[in-house]
Amino acid sequence: MRRLLRRLVFALALPVVLVAVWWVSSSGSEDVYWPPLRTIVSAFPDVWTGERWRGDVLPSVLRLAAGYLLAGVAGVALGTLIGSYRRVRAVCEPVLEFLRAVPPPVLVPVIMLFAGIGDTMKIVVIASGCVWPVLLNTVEGVRAVDTVTAETARSYGITGAARLRHVVLPSASPQVFAGLRQALSVGIILMVISEMFAASNGLGFTVVQFQRSFAIPDMWTGILLLGLLGFVLSVLFQLVERRALGWYHGLRAAARRSR
Amino acid sequence: MLDVRGLKKVYEGPGRRVEAVRDLTFTVAAGELVCLVGPSGCGKTTLLKCVGGLLEPTAGEVFLAGRRVAGPPPGMAFVFQEYGRSLFPWMRVGANVELPLRQKGLGRARRGELVADALASVGLADAAGAYPWQLSGGMQQRVAIARALAYEPEVLLMDEPFAAVDAQTRADLEDLVRALWRERGITVLFVTHDIDEAVYLGQRVIVLSASPTVVQEQLRVDLPDGRDQVHTRVAPRFAELRTRVYEQIQAAKRSAAGAPLKEPRRADAPPPH
Amino acid sequence: MRGANAALGAAGLAAFLALGEAVPRLGLVGEEYFPPTSRIADALGTEAADGTFWTALGDTLTGWALGLAVAVCAGIVVGVLLSVVPYLREATASTIEFLRPIPSVALIPLAVLLYGTELRSVLLLVVYASFWQVLIQVLYGVRDVDPVAEETARSYGLGTWARIRYVLWPTALPYVMTGVRLAAAVALILAVTAELVVGAPGLGARIAVAQTSQAVPEMYALIVVTGLLGLLINVGARAVERRALAWHQSVRGEVAV
Repeated sequence: MRRLLRRLVFALALPVVLVAVWWVSSSGSEDVYWPPLRTIVSAFPDVWTGERWRGDVLPSVLRLAAGYLLAGVAGVALGTLIGSYRRVRAVCEPVLEFLRAVPPPVLVPVIMLFAGIGDTMKIVVIASGCVWPVLLNTVEGVRAVDTVTAETARSYGITGAARLRHVVLPSASPQVFAGLRQALSVGIILMVISEMFAASNGLGFTVVQFQRSFAIPDMWTGILLLGLLGFVLSVLFQLVERRALGWYHGLRAAARRSR
Repeated sequence: MLDVRGLKKVYEGPGRRVEAVRDLTFTVAAGELVCLVGPSGCGKTTLLKCVGGLLEPTAGEVFLAGRRVAGPPPGMAFVFQEYGRSLFPWMRVGANVELPLRQKGLGRARRGELVADALASVGLADAAGAYPWQLSGGMQQRVAIARALAYEPEVLLMDEPFAAVDAQTRADLEDLVRALWRERGITVLFVTHDIDEAVYLGQRVIVLSASPTVVQEQLRVDLPDGRDQVHTRVAPRFAELRTRVYEQIQAAKRSAAGAPLKEPRRADAPPPH
Repeated sequence: MRGANAALGAAGLAAFLALGEAVPRLGLVGEEYFPPTSRIADALGTEAADGTFWTALGDTLTGWALGLAVAVCAGIVVGVLLSVVPYLREATASTIEFLRPIPSVALIPLAVLLYGTELRSVLLLVVYASFWQVLIQVLYGVRDVDPVAEETARSYGLGTWARIRYVLWPTALPYVMTGVRLAAAVALILAVTAELVVGAPGLGARIAVAQTSQAVPEMYALIVVTGLLGLLINVGARAVERRALAWHQSVRGEVAV
């Protein structure tokens, strides 16, 4: 009980102090760009009404989910294919290295050429930016299947689809998740940018609208909401990861104990 | 049961050619427990992998119950030295034992029966729900043995299975292998670098030469079938047999050192001392 | 073996370029959307002959390098400070966990208001994004310090500074280098993004101009340049990482964050 309390205090102390400092130091602020925190907080419920959630937040999140999912599936599938064959890997490597190095946001203007400015464009932008970390990490993970593990599978006749499902993919999963995590932050960036570029709704669009119309407190609420969204998605990701990779964390902890 | 004829394995690398196994011929009868022992780096693992169909021999053939081995045959089970890497850490113990059976296409009920029976016979009936890495090294190797037993092989291949566990666990596991072998009547080919272990376990010991490997000598172990760690190991006959194997291995090392060959050895094997 | 791989890689690259030539030529995709490789190469040549292109490249690199330098220094200093001062790591953990996933692009409107299209806009985004990469790796690295080494140092009466210098820093260095490598890649992404969206001078802004003026081959050529830049940064950072760690018995695995 005391330990729990102690942890709670440690977790909450600094955030409380920081928010308090912000609150107090901004309370009499005359600077238009740094409105008092009180103003921002009181503006929040007025700005983010049910209609805005439905009309802006939800479409943004749905596009992110669609693009991210697409990238995840494509990245794992292609990565498994490329990682499984040494020659395919050697052929693809330089091209993949180049494609990965292209900063994803520059894809926005290109994909606008093909897909216009609708939802398709945004989903494609998000997917084509997120796919690289997933793909390259999957290649690494699949390539690095332990030799003894592989020989065990072979000696027990575990081949083909069963090998993929029970041996290769689980063995690569820690790497795959590392890629998915990188992809998530890329995805959020692309979600916002694609909407700043060309959109009629969405979080990024709305925040830029506030900025352009000098609705500064409203803009600040948007920034806070984007931050919160990033935080919530990261927490969700960690929950999923902890479930899916429970064995891996246990294995690592066991290895550390015996070291 | 197991028939190895003129087995030869040469590793071809860029600009170098290593003859790991030169010419090996031996047989293992059905229900026999044979130990292969040889100096370190003599290609024991290579040999066993060729027998198990995991490596393609350069020349020669392996027959299992009259059928030529090309690729891992369903009648063989392999127990590796590296239990930690051979068990799948993402599966619980029960699932690890069950997976090869699913691959064999056995029904759910039969699989459950085999898994429970195999785990019980290695003394781990309660561990089915644990992950391998939650168990000690010795217990993990028991799981690997259970997985091999559940597979119902005709021949069990064991590649230095106890090299990585402590001495007491090792003694327990040796007795376990003897007990399982006597109970179930499976054929066992057991590779080790430990002379005592080879003599204690085997009905027959095949001594291998240094690499490039040939059979140096074959030895019947005429100890009684009921062996135990306390009495068997101090029996005069045990000491004689051990000395005999030891001398053979020393001779094998000397002839290798005297031979005008440039140290041929496996890339992944430890260098001879 | 390596020669064969290089040949296969070259073949892959050639196939990729040939595909880029063939697809629009065969009319599978309109040339106005997807110019053939040769036209992109032409545009690249034209760009290279243009002085303003080099200015833009210089602007992008300046933003990248300055931002990265600030982020790396700040990340190392803060990381070491948090690890050395008692209770500070524990007290800041929740705050870091909250701030880190905040997408840096959320700051774009603020940057526009505060700094417009100045370099400082770029720096704000670059520093915010790459700072976390360095900080997290430093924290992981310090956590990896062998307690035995730490206690040995204490028992010989080494002071805080000496312990940082001789125990903590060498252990953390591999992680720091990994952090720098990751931060270098992120910094480029954010530098180009800031230019593209905010309009600060640089390659990103040039891409935006090419896009609005329908100069499609030029746009592709500039994108290729950003890709090559990213590739150079990745390769360079990996080389530096390897060199800096040559003394280290094992180049440690990177921590997935």
